[in-house]
Amino acid sequence: MTVTAPDHAPAASRAAGGATRLVERIARMRELAILVVLLAMLAVAQAGNSAFLSAQGVKDLLLNATLLVLVATGQSLVVVTRNVDLSVGSVLGISAFAAGSHLKDGGAPVTAVLLAVLTGVAFGLLNGALVSLGRVPALVVTLGTLYIVRGLDSLWVGSRQITAADLPDAFTGFGSGGPWAAPWPALIALAVLVATAYWLRHFPAGRELYALGSHPEAARLAGIPVRRRVLTAYTLCGALAGLAGALYLARFGNVDSGTGTGYELTVVSAVVVGGVVFTGGSGSVWGAALGALLLTSVGSVLPALGVSSVWVLAIHGTLLVLAIAADRIVALRLAAALKKRNARHG
Amino acid sequence: MTHPSDTGPAPVLALRDVSKSFGAVRALRDVRLELLPGEVHALAGENGAGKSTLIKTLAGVHRPDAGQVLLDGVPVVFQGPGDARDAGIAVIYQEPTLFPDLSVAENIFTGRQPRRSLGRVDHRAARAATAALMERLGVDLDPERPARGLSIADQQIVEIAKALSFDARVLVMDEPTAALTGGEVARLFGVVRALRDQGAAVLFVSHRLEEIFRVCTRVTTLRDGALIAAEPLAGMTEDDLVRRMVGRDLAELYPKREITPGEVALSVRRLTREGVFTDVSFEVRRGEIVALAGLVGAGRTEVARSVFGVDRRDAGSVEVDGRALPHGSPSAAMAAGLALVPEDRRAQGLVMSLSVERNIGLTGLRATVRAGLMDRGAERDRALDWAMRLQVKYARIADAVSTLSGGNQQKVVLAKWLATGPKVLIVDEPTRGIDVGTKAEVHRLLGELAADGVAVLMVSSDLPEVLGMADRVLVMHEGRLTADIPRADATEETVMAAATGRAAA
Repeated sequence: MTVTAPDHAPAASRAAGGATRLVERIARMRELAILVVLLAMLAVAQAGNSAFLSAQGVKDLLLNATLLVLVATGQSLVVVTRNVDLSVGSVLGISAFAAGSHLKDGGAPVTAVLLAVLTGVAFGLLNGALVSLGRVPALVVTLGTLYIVRGLDSLWVGSRQITAADLPDAFTGFGSGGPWAAPWPALIALAVLVATAYWLRHFPAGRELYALGSHPEAARLAGIPVRRRVLTAYTLCGALAGLAGALYLARFGNVDSGTGTGYELTVVSAVVVGGVVFTGGSGSVWGAALGALLLTSVGSVLPALGVSSVWVLAIHGTLLVLAIAADRIVALRLAAALKKRNARHG
Repeated sequence: MTHPSDTGPAPVLALRDVSKSFGAVRALRDVRLELLPGEVHALAGENGAGKSTLIKTLAGVHRPDAGQVLLDGVPVVFQGPGDARDAGIAVIYQEPTLFPDLSVAENIFTGRQPRRSLGRVDHRAARAATAALMERLGVDLDPERPARGLSIADQQIVEIAKALSFDARVLVMDEPTAALTGGEVARLFGVVRALRDQGAAVLFVSHRLEEIFRVCTRVTTLRDGALIAAEPLAGMTEDDLVRRMVGRDLAELYPKREITPGEVALSVRRLTREGVFTDVSFEVRRGEIVALAGLVGAGRTEVARSVFGVDRRDAGSVEVDGRALPHGSPSAAMAAGLALVPEDRRAQGLVMSLSVERNIGLTGLRATVRAGLMDRGAERDRALDWAMRLQVKYARIADAVSTLSGGNQQKVVLAKWLATGPKVLIVDEPTRGIDVGTKAEVHRLLGELAADGVAVLMVSSDLPEVLGMADRVLVMHEGRLTADIPRADATEETVMAAATGRAAA
């Protein structure tokens, strides 16, 4: 009676026909919608300013989005489990400084990046441990670590600063160089994105993140190691914030004790705009990445059109509210559609 | 002590002198249980007798405080539900535990997905296996659709498929039939018998006694956490079993009250909320206790919420003492003399972190205001008064409600609403999950309120409670009122028939 798949393939294909994969289709549509908005916005910008999508223009767009894509990818992993990590901005700042001071002391770029990632991992573990063991809402715990990490950063960094002059040229060159319009950091972010998406879709641990965000109690009853999975999500989120810290340093060549302040809100916005639902269990890192791309593009499109960048935040907010409204409508319609399909005659 | 296993096959799974306490409540006391291969074993007992705790002990959710779980005669300690599952124990809980966002196939295989190379999930195999399981169960359920929006019966089917998907040696079913129709129950029993014939041990919990006699061969009965009997069902009658479960006759539990209903206090006409319930009309008179019975998901709670105005209604009217209530306004309902004690006291009835005093005071914020400010003294007096009348057991009235036992929490919810002096009291599952002693107190209280002329509408899934307390029983089935049965005609059979839509009573 143990079920072995291949024998029953015909039954599956029968069942898989018709109106199947409804969820995935709707998720795809949600992501497609962001893509359409993004492309429309870029088209308008290009029409208004023909230099907008030049090689340099595209490169700038990608460079601007890279950090946000990375951190939003990590954040999605946490949000999918019905948690949140507000400390990512602080972690990014302290990781960037860790990498910077290592380079300033003559360390190798590779070890500097590694150091930044490990710093992120350490704080991710801390967050994950507090959230999974403490049974305290993640919002509060990570708000706490946001300030704690920022405090540590200020104590350690003081009024010091790392500037481009302290860094090897190869490192800063890497931060903005790359083949044609594709900068190295953007390629790294893309690789991370693809790997994370694949892991979430095809590995048991990844699926279990969705399961436990969807119904935590059921996850426990299904024997999913809930704490370990939550810890994994936070650790990966921390690691990506750390990696983003290193890339921040490479890109801007300038770090002080205030680096990354307030970044968590942009990250959370990108994730939500990208359709990762805050109540857990649904959404994808692709959506989050598109959300990140959309939000950063607003910042580039407005100046290109000669609109004051004062409007950027207001537009971010509008996109956020629209995204949430869209999610709500989609959820309601989905529920109605699923109820209808219930008319099963067994 | 002789074991049934001395003569027959050795038990697959057994509990030996297991005890489990939660705080001061002893949920299980020295309980023994033996599940033999190839038998369907009934677990009987009233609500609160310890059945759920026993099941969760078998499932690895709870670890016994004392005693042992034996698998094939060897003591084992389950560190979690995963361990129990790996040992071949499948549990179908009363409340389905599905992941709404995941597909049916993923729901079935979560935690033990079929793998392909590199440890990746083999989605295709999971889909195919799910389709095969559905075919075996004779159900047309798309493996790809999400679990969200599935009917309770279909959710139950998915749970059963989950249990079938790994050669469960022990299948535990907690009220699997509560939400199923006759045909679905028959099919379920077919599956249960097939599993039994393959040598699996099945532990079956049901409040429907005739089902126990239909599929089970032995029965273990619990009362107040203690083992009462473990015996073959052959030769027993339903009355014998009830006597073991209850330990006294139903008549003693629910003293019969003589009532002469007064004028109509609550009148509900053609109440409709699209997709939830349709065309619900009934009246409740002063001094009457009317039960609203039906299966889980029949729409009873939703009707109660809609009458009170928490949920909007799409059509119909609600009148209290002949005066119509406006749409969707709980405060107007309260002002008219309506009170609703909700089903889930932790989530809806109480602010768990606030004190007993403040919780009782919540409904009287307006009444205890002086010159625009709260009169703390008046609030305290009111709370003390009601806490005393209901005999709430607390250390200090300033203690957080979360420190009280479930039964006492329920009394605080009642006190909170009784303090408003309601003309019509709606109680939703007033005794779910509270101990037998407090339950009797709640019943006594409801009886007294009715005697004082309050109209009581009681939503309850507890059939003995419905039959024992109600002057009339309204029954809902799939969003419609299917029966209005006077006390004299209300029996387990008539109510269940109407609740499952089997008969137009």
